[in-house]
Amino acid sequence: MDEKELRAVLIETLLDIAPEVEAARLRDDKPLRSQVDLDSMDWLNFLIALHRKLAVEIPEADYARLVTLKDLQAYLGGKLR
Amino acid sequence: MLDFKLPSLGSDMDEGTLLEWKVKPGDPVKKGQVVAVVDTSKAAVDVEIWSPGRVHELLVEIGEKIPVGTVLMTVLEPGETAPPPAERKAVPAAGRRRISPAARKHAESLSVDVEKLAGSGPGGAVTLADVDRAAAARPAEKPPAAAIRQAEMRRAIAAAMGRSKREIPHYYLSETVPMARAQDWLTQANAGRPLSARLLMAAVQLKAVAAALKKYPEMNGFFRDGAFQPAAAAHIGVAISLRQGGLIAPAIHDVGDKTLDEVMGDLADLVKRVRSGSLKSSEMSDPTITVTNLGDQGVEAVYGVIYPPQVALVGFGRIAPRPWADNGALAVMPTVTASLAADHRVSDGHRGALFLAKLRECLQAPENL
Repeated sequence: MDEKELRAVLIETLLDIAPEVEAARLRDDKPLRSQVDLDSMDWLNFLIALHRKLAVEIPEADYARLVTLKDLQAYLGGKLR
Repeated sequence: MLDFKLPSLGSDMDEGTLLEWKVKPGDPVKKGQVVAVVDTSKAAVDVEIWSPGRVHELLVEIGEKIPVGTVLMTVLEPGETAPPPAERKAVPAAGRRRISPAARKHAESLSVDVEKLAGSGPGGAVTLADVDRAAAARPAEKPPAAAIRQAEMRRAIAAAMGRSKREIPHYYLSETVPMARAQDWLTQANAGRPLSARLLMAAVQLKAVAAALKKYPEMNGFFRDGAFQPAAAAHIGVAISLRQGGLIAPAIHDVGDKTLDEVMGDLADLVKRVRSGSLKSSEMSDPTITVTNLGDQGVEAVYGVIYPPQVALVGFGRIAPRPWADNGALAVMPTVTASLAADHRVSDGHRGALFLAKLRECLQAPENL
């Protein structure tokens, strides 16, 4: 899966949780949770969905590193490689 | 024969629109079965029946707007036989539908299922107008416009909260609760768990509230007809914001008797169903206290408005590292502000303070929750 495909999966998963999001307006380098109204339950569901789609483990200790879409791409991309 | 009425769907929802019948005359019904789906300004609610029997007559048509308390259908109790047909207009109990060929053709052209229609013609016959009404009421094709829904919901929330502030003499207390132990415990507990089994602090807080309620039952129940009616179990209403705006606070039942994992599972399920707009009538009608958690939004504390007829609301703000005096020295400690809004007709500040102290104590020993 290349970067573009991974981003598409991220956006699709996000839209399942927050359908009101305008994907075109999302900035990859800004904290995701400041752009999208995600509470801790939404965040957990987002990660669970990513885990199911990509078969990637995401320990809770790593949550703090996953702030922006870019962070998520790099983290998940690294795990998928 | 039993009149089955539209149950209360919470103090801010006093009417609904019948979307769907899940039963027909002659069907047996059992306790807890979903018999109808009713749309409210906030969500579609599966209406459950709590006494067993056999459906006798459906009295409300799909698409009809009905206030809480309206008789939806009559139910024959176990062992009871059907009385002779009533005079009033009725849905025929079984057999071939009475319907004119024109109405049947019209129904086919609109893909309306005539078997599900309540006829308003002579002898319960389905008329052309019935077909039109059913077609117009179909939720999938004609959902209430989002803006109308929004306005309805704001009105409903305003009515309930206005009533609360008029009728309930609120008092407010708050307590800063150290959260280091709970956070450490949760981190450890989650380290060994797969994502889908991980716990959230929100679930820990709900369990702690239920544990404190056991000792201070005057925070748990209803104020009705001028008197407090304590509740035996803690059905905790969880305030959940709706993506399109507004909020809803359906109950997680028996929080005190469930394990932390069960409460977490229920919470995840509830949030999911709130977001997809599908709730059960029992969740809407019987929360005995409400918990609101605005910590994710970053506020320090929240002082809530009690949902009548409940008598208390517990609020949690954001958990964050804050200055903390410990043994005469200044330290940094993750803390949360827990607040209580309670009904002065039922309890006093003294008991409220003890309740919050107990809540704080429970959060220091999460392994016991």
